[in-house]
Amino acid sequence: MNLLIETKNLTKRFGGLAAVNDVDFSIEKGRINAIIGPNGAGKSTFFNLISGFHRPTSGTVLFKGIDITKLPANEIAGLGISRTFQTTSLFDQSTVLDNVIVGHRLRTKSNLVDAILRTKRLKREEAACMDKAMEVLDIVGLTKSADRMVANISQEEKKRTAIALALATEPEIIFLDEPAAGINPDETEGLTELIKKLNRKGLTVCLIEHKMHMIMNLADHIMVLNYGEKIAEGTPKEISGNEAVIKAYLGGSASA
Amino acid sequence: MKILTKRNAIIASIIFAFSFPLIAQNDYYLHMLTLSFIWAIAVYGINLLSGYTGYLSLAHAGFFAIGAYSLGLLTVKAGLNFWLALVCACLITCVIGLLIGLIALRTKEHFFAIYTLCVGYIIYLVIDKWEGLTEGVRGLIGIPAPGNIGPITFDTAASQYYLVLTFLLAVILVVYRIVRSLTGRTYMAIRNSEDLAQTIGISTMKNKLTAFVLSTFFAGLAGALYASFIRFIGPDIGSTSIMFDLLMYLLVGGIGTLSGPLVGTLLLVILSQNLQFLQEYRMLIFGPLLTLIIIFYPRGIAGAVFDWQSKRKDKQLPNVRAEIHIKAEEG
Repeated sequence: MNLLIETKNLTKRFGGLAAVNDVDFSIEKGRINAIIGPNGAGKSTFFNLISGFHRPTSGTVLFKGIDITKLPANEIAGLGISRTFQTTSLFDQSTVLDNVIVGHRLRTKSNLVDAILRTKRLKREEAACMDKAMEVLDIVGLTKSADRMVANISQEEKKRTAIALALATEPEIIFLDEPAAGINPDETEGLTELIKKLNRKGLTVCLIEHKMHMIMNLADHIMVLNYGEKIAEGTPKEISGNEAVIKAYLGGSASA
Repeated sequence: MKILTKRNAIIASIIFAFSFPLIAQNDYYLHMLTLSFIWAIAVYGINLLSGYTGYLSLAHAGFFAIGAYSLGLLTVKAGLNFWLALVCACLITCVIGLLIGLIALRTKEHFFAIYTLCVGYIIYLVIDKWEGLTEGVRGLIGIPAPGNIGPITFDTAASQYYLVLTFLLAVILVVYRIVRSLTGRTYMAIRNSEDLAQTIGISTMKNKLTAFVLSTFFAGLAGALYASFIRFIGPDIGSTSIMFDLLMYLLVGGIGTLSGPLVGTLLLVILSQNLQFLQEYRMLIFGPLLTLIIIFYPRGIAGAVFDWQSKRKDKQLPNVRAEIHIKAEEG
């Protein structure tokens, strides 16, 4: 087993509320993982803990066996862990391409002095960022929209742009927070294909999603959270037959 | 049509600026223009931080005053050579800027604005009350004009105009290069969303601090030039009313644009000089003007022109290529 991410007893409390409670989870390299659960189950908080936005109250996060629990978010990104947000926070008044170019910034070294003197290093790195941006836009299928203002593109294209931005950081694993929220069934289909394509290219994926149909034919491995606790884990088949999961979602007995 | 390119417009403006002393009727216009160039340098500093990095600082009149007083004290009391004092004044402003930035940048948005407003006021108070060092309300008198560089002297209005113009052009070039570089993109990513910037691996604190220190550098440089140009400084140059003047220049010209600081400063300084006869009632014109601009053109005059141009381009060519957008990004 080749574990990319491992969490051990991961816990986050906000005051008296345990948003994430004692969760052990591991992500194998090269697979598509999903985290599901009712609203408020702690899925996004779990993402925030791994990507360094929140410090866990207790527990550890390991990346390839190295403890990254206390690293700041930008250093975690540097290691090759990337994520998107539930609400896309792109810059509307700028083009798709301009939004994505800066995604490769963390792999460049040029600083203020390079900028003022316009050194060779800056020019080389600017070209590299440009190439990377075009490459990831090609992967997500937005080459044609590169020059359009983000304000004028569809919700689905914004989701793709956000994924392209995450890809520009050259991650080994990408965390997608509800990539298919607010887009129609056809577009969801297209996005599912994109995620499969990324996975085939060797990228490990972990996503939060509410669209069960999408999850069930996409994920290799699913974890179910409810009230911050892991209530089930397994293949889509195992999960869809799991009594605790059905109970969490429907609130009644398994036969409901 | 081809003659009206941006490049030609810039070249024409520079030629006009350099030939202005030859056509100016009297020294008064030169004086006024020199002064507005000095303010513009400070506004470029504020713009780099507030316009491009998204942190609205209200302490920059304070840093302007620090630059001015550093130069004044180093030349008058320590008897330092002007050019050495100029370098030291900028460095002193940067060091104080660094220390304040380390604390101020722990706050965000309006908290940052309020915090820096207080910092600016404290700087003003220190200058005003520390009579042993700054002479307090009496002010510093007898600051020398810029020293000679070889055969070049700076004792006429025209020569000082050229000196300040050179500094202004250098500042604009530096800001232009920063804004168009990866560093500038980094700053704009922070302005757009700090969380997202961090997610894509940007060390936000480091970048914010660099932008902050650099912007205090420009404010300090402007202050030092001001001191040697006016030859007399009082604590009032660090007051909040100066701060709000600078902010008004920036907002009217266009926050987050390259030409905005210059356009806004020139326009408002000239306008306010021509409306001198109205005295305090000038504010009756500036107040509504500012309000209207903020409501209808949040990115000021330069932003409005840019929006208008890009709309026209979109109509003419539905498939505008990437270069055009990148190059025309800032008005």
